Amino acid sequence: MIKLLNVRKGFNLGRPNEFIAVGGVTLAMEANRVTVLKGPSGSGKTTLLSLIGCMARPTSGRITLRRGLLAGGYFPGGADAPEVEVTSLPERFLTEVRRRTFGFIFQQFNLVKGITVLENVMLPAYPLGEAHGAVKKRAHALLEMFDLAGRAVAKVEWLSGGEAQRVAIARALMNDPPVIIADEPTAHLDSKLSVAFMEIIARLKEQGKTAVIASHDPLVFGAPMVDRVVAVRDGLIDGEGQ
Amino acid sequence: MTGWIEKNRSILDFTLSSLLRRKGKNLSLFAVYTLVVFMLGSAMFLTQAMKREAALILKDAPEIVVQRLLGGRYDPIPLEYSEKIRAIRGVSTAGPRLWGYYYDPVIGANYTLMVPRTDAPPPEKIIIGSGVSRSRKAGQGDIFSFRGYDGDNRNFTVAGELSPESELVSADLILMAEADFRGLFGFPAGQATDIVVSVRNPKEVLTIARKVAELLPDTRPIVRDEMVRTYDSVFDWRGGIVVVLLMMALLAFVIFAWEKASGLSADEKREIGILKAIGWETSDVIAVKAYEGLLVSFFSFSAGLLAAYGHVFFFSAFLFVPALKGWSVLYPEYRITPFIDLYQVAVLFFLTVVPYTVATIIPSWRAAIIDPDSVMRS
Amino acid sequence: MISELIRKNTGQARFSPRKSSLALILAGIGVLLVGLMFAHARFQRQADLPALGAVAAVVARLELTDLALFTEARYTRHPSQADLHSAFQDHPVALEHFPTGSIAGPPAGLRRRHDRLD
Repeated sequence: MIKLLNVRKGFNLGRPNEFIAVGGVTLAMEANRVTVLKGPSGSGKTTLLSLIGCMARPTSGRITLRRGLLAGGYFPGGADAPEVEVTSLPERFLTEVRRRTFGFIFQQFNLVKGITVLENVMLPAYPLGEAHGAVKKRAHALLEMFDLAGRAVAKVEWLSGGEAQRVAIARALMNDPPVIIADEPTAHLDSKLSVAFMEIIARLKEQGKTAVIASHDPLVFGAPMVDRVVAVRDGLIDGEGQ
Repeated sequence: MTGWIEKNRSILDFTLSSLLRRKGKNLSLFAVYTLVVFMLGSAMFLTQAMKREAALILKDAPEIVVQRLLGGRYDPIPLEYSEKIRAIRGVSTAGPRLWGYYYDPVIGANYTLMVPRTDAPPPEKIIIGSGVSRSRKAGQGDIFSFRGYDGDNRNFTVAGELSPESELVSADLILMAEADFRGLFGFPAGQATDIVVSVRNPKEVLTIARKVAELLPDTRPIVRDEMVRTYDSVFDWRGGIVVVLLMMALLAFVIFAWEKASGLSADEKREIGILKAIGWETSDVIAVKAYEGLLVSFFSFSAGLLAAYGHVFFFSAFLFVPALKGWSVLYPEYRITPFIDLYQVAVLFFLTVVPYTVATIIPSWRAAIIDPDSVMRS
Repeated sequence: MISELIRKNTGQARFSPRKSSLALILAGIGVLLVGLMFAHARFQRQADLPALGAVAAVVARLELTDLALFTEARYTRHPSQADLHSAFQDHPVALEHFPTGSIAGPPAGLRRRHDRLD
């Protein structure tokens, strides 16, 4: 369970170009559910995603994660407290949270060019210091799962759109995170690939993963496996769908 | 610990992949870097080795040479000065030396004509250094004709050659008898070129030199330390000029490296953003940049160092020979003995690797603190 | 599910040397070569000592004072014996016109000395 309590995020505060991207959001997301943040571009949904994914800190408000989501590592706040407030954690713990709790799928996939598919998938595991052989095996397994076994040594710029998308998902799953965060994942995909993407999300949900997706694509928020649609507008929650 | 090693090896893997995809750029950087180390290293090896070699060779040079000065230039010294010097307490021997220069218009070279105080050749015979024999293509039995002070030619027969191993000190030497020397140059009897003095107790060399200068105010004593130090400063100066020139090259190289490292392209910034977003820490990104610098530095430095060593000590610094030699005709042929030590290598390291590392690490640190959400915002 | 796939995959991990291993091997070779360089220098110095001794013996016998490196200028054959002014005919720090002379510095005695002897 991820809870946001009156979360605000502003940029360039106190300057003439100050603007508030997220203006006081309270939201609770259940585990093992697919939640879509729906809204036009500039509505603040991407900022909301980066706050949830511990990439940025809110200006005010609190974000708490259920302890079960914080795999591995020691986190302050008492071993048996059911929830951990991530907004007050020091930076190195946030990095740890980003590594182990969240898998990120970006707009345009953001694969690292010039290196192989396999290396791209392995990248999130590098700073963890796991044995190379085990990491490589896991990456191969993920590639196989997404029908990419034959493309392991290909450079990412040689991939088709669908393949790049699947590599991005494989990379997000590398550290086996409980939560998948996707920012406009279908923005550069045609309808067929968008549907395929949502089917993969459905499979991940079956495996017990939680997904938070920001999108304004009807193929995403209208998909059957989506449990909840939260409309976002001007940095505020603007109603809920199914 | 194993985790730490595994993590750093993985980061090293990524660094190598990352270096390899900009192959052309990094290879040219490697080439320039290697060249800078090679040039600086060659200059340093050469001057250091020559200094040490000169010191070793000249360790048995005369302890004190006394010259007579006339009008600030040096002039033949009367033979009776050697008696006066010998009378100084602590002097063991003092004797006149006869030597001078002869310009040979045939090959355009200056010979050093000299009368050895022991084993001088018999009259009208000469012993020549191997530089002379090489440039004149002359050997035993050949005849040299020298034009004397009075315009008359005098003939000398080559009776032998000095050993080629001693070429570094004897390439231009021609040894002859005293009577021939005086006859050829019209060198007045009762005078010599200078006086060599040996001293009983080496610690007293300076005291005795000072006494000589007091006793004979028109003379200048030159002590052996000064001779050796002349070579120190000659090669320092020589090396210094080269190093100053190369420093400019080094500076240009550092600016180039700084430019390369600080002018991070949008692509590179995005890449760092991606790494941060998928859970890399600032320190991991800095580690990538540090390994990058370390790899380039290490391989360039060792390649340049080895190339410099080969150049100076296997190929007698052939690239520098034109500059060293000028239009010298009698330039000796010699192989340089490799006097190298860790200290020199460390100096070279600090002159090349440290500036490069500083120039690349600082800007990369600035890039590494990119916020992880920057990829989401773009 | 992932762990199942890993088990299935165990047999077919292809062997390709890791880039970091290659780099470390290359670095090791580099260190080795630099070590060999020092070893060679040491060996060569030992081997050259008799030859250098022979040269020193010639110096001692003929009472020589200088190396025969700068033969084309009157004074440069014997920089240490030159009179005080000849190395700087134009100006104390002027480079003069013989190529080797131009990079030969002032005699040590002119710049610093243990003692005033001139």
